[in-house]
Amino acid sequence: MSDDRTTGDGLLDGVRESDLPQWATDLGLIAGIVLATYVGFAVLGLLTGVSVNAIAGFLQTVTFYAAVYALVALALNLHWGYTGLFNIGVAGFMAVGVYTMAILTAAPDGSPAGLGLPIPIGVVGGMIAAALVGFVAALPALRVRADYFAIVTLGLSEIIRLSLLSGALRSFEIGGTEYGTGGGSGIRYTPVDSVIPWLLERPVFGFVGDQLFALGTILGIQPSVIQGALYTGVLIVFVVAFYLLLTRITYSPFGRLLKAIREDELAARSLGKNTDRTKIIVFMVGCGLMGLAGILWQGSRSLVSPDSFMPIVTFYIFVALIVGGEGSNTGSVIGGFAFAAFLWEGPRFIRTIVRTHADVRAPPTIYDAFVALGGGDPLALVGYMIGTLDEIRFILVGVVLILLMIWRPDGLLGHRKEIAAATDLSRRPTATDGGQTGEEAATTGGETDE
Amino acid sequence: MSDVETEPTADAATTTSEDSTEATGSRLDEMPILRVDDLVKRFGGITAIDGASFEVERGTITGLIGPNGAGKSTTFNCITGVHEPSEGSVVFEGTDITSRRTHQIATEGLVRTFQIARELPEMTVLENMMLAPQGQLGESLWRSVAPIARREVVREEEQLRQRAWDTLEFFEIDHLAHDYAGTLSGGQRKLLEMARALLTDPEMMLLDEPMAGVNPSLEKKLLEHVHELQEQGYTFLLVEHDMDVIMNHCEHVIVMHQGQVLAEGPAAEIKSNDEVIEAYLGGEV
Repeated sequence: MSDDRTTGDGLLDGVRESDLPQWATDLGLIAGIVLATYVGFAVLGLLTGVSVNAIAGFLQTVTFYAAVYALVALALNLHWGYTGLFNIGVAGFMAVGVYTMAILTAAPDGSPAGLGLPIPIGVVGGMIAAALVGFVAALPALRVRADYFAIVTLGLSEIIRLSLLSGALRSFEIGGTEYGTGGGSGIRYTPVDSVIPWLLERPVFGFVGDQLFALGTILGIQPSVIQGALYTGVLIVFVVAFYLLLTRITYSPFGRLLKAIREDELAARSLGKNTDRTKIIVFMVGCGLMGLAGILWQGSRSLVSPDSFMPIVTFYIFVALIVGGEGSNTGSVIGGFAFAAFLWEGPRFIRTIVRTHADVRAPPTIYDAFVALGGGDPLALVGYMIGTLDEIRFILVGVVLILLMIWRPDGLLGHRKEIAAATDLSRRPTATDGGQTGEEAATTGGETDE
Repeated sequence: MSDVETEPTADAATTTSEDSTEATGSRLDEMPILRVDDLVKRFGGITAIDGASFEVERGTITGLIGPNGAGKSTTFNCITGVHEPSEGSVVFEGTDITSRRTHQIATEGLVRTFQIARELPEMTVLENMMLAPQGQLGESLWRSVAPIARREVVREEEQLRQRAWDTLEFFEIDHLAHDYAGTLSGGQRKLLEMARALLTDPEMMLLDEPMAGVNPSLEKKLLEHVHELQEQGYTFLLVEHDMDVIMNHCEHVIVMHQGQVLAEGPAAEIKSNDEVIEAYLGGEV
């Protein structure tokens, strides 16, 4: 049956077979964009005389952030893009995942102490905890409409962060050991990227690693950059796994149900769909994935503190998803990458280029910069911009969002026809004698098909 | 020996059970498919429905008419669980469905369409259709994801696709299958909504002003579809303002006025009912 499917149907661009071609071509598209960006930055760097090590370091940082943003954006896309659940408490669910992992895996003699369990248990535990908190959040969420739901999630996220920060949970004694969240100073634990040294001792991975380090020495790239790149490689594996999982979910009757809830929940209910249950399930799954993404991101540091989970983090994720196009998994990944490469790390690369060429010093205020500009010294303004780059990025993000709303309100890949079905719907059955088959299908369909 | 003795007993048992099935079958046939008893719905101080009672016979096209604000749509909402009735009961197919959840009522075989069509705009017509069938395996998350179960889901999807296409052909909107439902015209949306409701395999359909905003030729087609479906055994209850439709196509008419059932009976009788004429028809007919 399924062998003779023809997918290249000309007039049905984007209406494709669910299994192979669409995701394969989309992964190709993502890889193409990423490589083109790499080449662009590398050529720009080499032409302007930035060292190979600095370029490699920059690209590795870009890829790291691209991967983590893609992970969270994919999870958020399941909530917001697909189901229409306006979750603006992403940071909170990430915090639950990371803190749970930290408490499960931190050394028992640390301060605050952890349970000293192996990292995989911590990772799974973090995901489960985030999903359970998602369940708790979903219960009131069923009673409120979209915008109120957003407030509930934001509130919950802040409650989580402030609880972690609070003195009451800072430390408490159980059986002579000081447990707790560590308040503002956080918890120390073994980072999840310790998987890289462990992997480097395994046969195949170790061999590949040695080659990479050798190659790095030839090109003048420091081992620490390569070490980071290897962990980023692990993240990419997770991105692909997330992508495939979510593609699978969204190209299915379950995904169709999610879209129906987004479009018109009452209509879905009137067709006999238990939308409440579906919303709870999808919210828990998304939160679990956010927890995992948080672990892979923040968990690669050896310290977690509440400051990493400010509401602004949620905002960044939303920017990434909006840029990519909500409702599209491919768009989520591309959005994560575009955000990291062009909005977040790109400006820093420009700074690196400028600093290799000119010893620009930032004047104390923008007024001084303009005075110097008036006096024929443009470098002062450049210096000011470079010096306050981290703040200027916010303006950049705002400008890009505004331009996007004007020119591409659906994001780079939004509004593509991504049909939620487990099979190719464009394939028409052979029977074409109209009413007759229709009648039969209408009356006997239910019984004969099952 | 024992064999001989047991045989008649077995036969007798079978006969009895057949008899009883027949009996229940006929009893079900005689019973109205939908019974609404003393339905009351209050919104704060306003009583939208004030003790409405009526029955809908199986296999009929029944019309529900009344002036604006008579409580017709609220009645629909109470029957389908969108609103919880303040008092009274709704019995469908012998089952009390009062204050059941909307999706449970639809699962029982009582589906509705809306006064303003509620298509799912950013989904294609075909996706809209594929949503409707009940009890899809793939609506469970793990079946949609797990490789072992996925094959079954794909097979089911292929069957559903067939039904979806057939039903679209029946309603003659198959040429729109790949368009976003939001781009359809008002009349086409009404057709889509009815086609979609049909794919849930209902026993009975509640149509809320199915002809509103539909051009005459499409209206004729819609009515033809309704009659064809009636012949296949479906029951219809429709709210409609077009008197021609009500008088020419409904066997039975229920007239609501100020939240109560003012009159009930065959179309011809209703036409000549003085109260109805005064309340609703304005003495014209």
